[in-house]
Amino acid sequence: MTDHPAPPKDLPKDPSRLRIALQSDFFYSFRRSPVAVVSAVIVLTMVLAALFAPLIAPTNPFDPASLNLMNGFTPPSTPNAFTGDSFVLGTDDQGRDVLSTILYGMRISLFVGLAAVLFAMVLGISLGLLSGYAGGWTDTVIMRAADVQLTFPSILVAMLIFGVAKGVTPVEYRDQMAIWVLIVAIGLSDWVQFARVVRGATLVEKNKDYVAAARLIGRRPGAIMMRHILPNVLSPVLVIATISLALAIIAEATLSFLGVGAPPTQPSLGTLIRIGQGFLFSGEWWILFFPAITLLTLALSVNLLGDWLRDALNPRLR
Amino acid sequence: MADPVLSIRDLTVEIPTRHGILRPVDRVSYDIAQGEILGVVGESGAGKSMAGNAVIGLLTPPAHIAGGEIRLNGQRIDTLGPRALRRLRGKDIGMVFQDPLTSLNPLIRIGDQLTETMLTHLDISRKEAEARAIAALDEVGIPGAARRIDSYPHEFSGGMRQRVVIALALCAEPSLVIADEPTTALDVSVQAQIIALLKRLCRERGTAVMLITHDMGVIAETADRVAVMYAGRLAELGPVRDVLTKPQHPYTHGLMASTPLASRGQARLHQIPGAMPRLDAVPDGCAFHPRCPAAQARCTASPRPVAQDGAAACWFPRIKQEVS
Repeated sequence: MTDHPAPPKDLPKDPSRLRIALQSDFFYSFRRSPVAVVSAVIVLTMVLAALFAPLIAPTNPFDPASLNLMNGFTPPSTPNAFTGDSFVLGTDDQGRDVLSTILYGMRISLFVGLAAVLFAMVLGISLGLLSGYAGGWTDTVIMRAADVQLTFPSILVAMLIFGVAKGVTPVEYRDQMAIWVLIVAIGLSDWVQFARVVRGATLVEKNKDYVAAARLIGRRPGAIMMRHILPNVLSPVLVIATISLALAIIAEATLSFLGVGAPPTQPSLGTLIRIGQGFLFSGEWWILFFPAITLLTLALSVNLLGDWLRDALNPRLR
Repeated sequence: MADPVLSIRDLTVEIPTRHGILRPVDRVSYDIAQGEILGVVGESGAGKSMAGNAVIGLLTPPAHIAGGEIRLNGQRIDTLGPRALRRLRGKDIGMVFQDPLTSLNPLIRIGDQLTETMLTHLDISRKEAEARAIAALDEVGIPGAARRIDSYPHEFSGGMRQRVVIALALCAEPSLVIADEPTTALDVSVQAQIIALLKRLCRERGTAVMLITHDMGVIAETADRVAVMYAGRLAELGPVRDVLTKPQHPYTHGLMASTPLASRGQARLHQIPGAMPRLDAVPDGCAFHPRCPAAQARCTASPRPVAQDGAAACWFPRIKQEVS
């Protein structure tokens, strides 16, 4: 059948990738949702602020040379009684600028959150794929492990891991290890939902004919999982990842608040809140208030973004 | 006749359940010669697809081959290990699935699906594979093949997708194609085109085809020989003309009589009384005897009659009797 009319020569050129992206349903639904746009702008601003904290922050709160103890407890936007220095969001007991500590704290919070979600994602996706595709006792072992993990609160899992890790790390490395232990601890307490969702989607996909066709042409199970099934189960993963990010940031703050997370030398938002809560009832409210508001805004924006993403990727709600 | 491409002897597939062992395929034997199209017909659950899956080794546990043998180009394949089987079946067997909506990976461009298949099994360069992919699409009648190669499956209609699937099944130059109800999911107007396409391409290449369907019209138009299955067993096997016009087995006769035919001008369609037995309740002797108008004492007792090529699985075959 080679006698088709030749396609016309002056076919329109394929549109560029940016153009395709801007015209997609996905982008359209984004533009149509004010909540999504606002939260995306907030998240983006905060990520950029955290990323460029050293450039934006008025002072480096972790450089002892830049600190003046006389500046301690300066209220927001009020000149200090002794030095005359003024700070937008005030200072803490050590005279550190609260705005700067928040910017640096957001770096830690976002980094821990992102890394923990990434870790949970890799772990959860791998185990979920394996579980769904292999079936049988592999499936049983992995899913029972997941069930067991769900029977106690994830914060407990994280604290347990954190405690054990702290016990086996030499004292001088503890502060450096703390961040990584946090990531592993939060990641390990968070992989279950990724695994469950991926397993469910894999069970659906693996019975489709294209997987049978791939098996028929002699693809190995590993290759089928990675090339054929994984890309087809990714969209729910994206939604969970976003919502998990908010949860991971909160989990990190909780652990840090409880004193088992980021050390005071590398304070995250949670550590800042813990430091601040000691001064709440003595009138220095700003030390607690601003980090807490930042955490709330960040977590809420990420969550709202996740909600929109879930609706946008759900074909039934289009 | 040269050695058949596919030779199945006494193939039995079993599914162990807590109610006992089910036999969705029970001592089935047939051959398919080079360039021949064998139609496998039967009701739903008669074991047509199960037999096809057994041949390509895609039975899902707990279903397994419990007896008999399968030979592909003279080589026994039912006893091969998974690795050797994987290499062999991908190269020598192509598969056209029922639903073109799910048999193409929605996230991979069709050109990539074609080249991937060819690169796995043919010793050719990527460039050559791409050229062949375009040729293959052109051959199955997809206009502007060179442009469509970068399209995703969702950009095609059902019929077009099934054409792609056929190109995919044939691109590695298999000696056998198993088409499992290739037209069931398609519009009637497209069905004929697809069947004609499949037939023409396989004729040109001398590919043997196992065409699994429940559509007698498709069989009559396409197949050279036909195997009629009932309750996991072969009821009748023979050249398509003989089986359709002079069925020996009462079941085939009933099937033919219940096919609507304009020339017959009947008010009501003929019906075979009763229904096919469930697999856990296949009666002793001939599985068809409870529904058979010609059943006699011998039909209810073991051993049951087994079909041979040209001889129906019936103790009292209807000989040379045209369907009225």
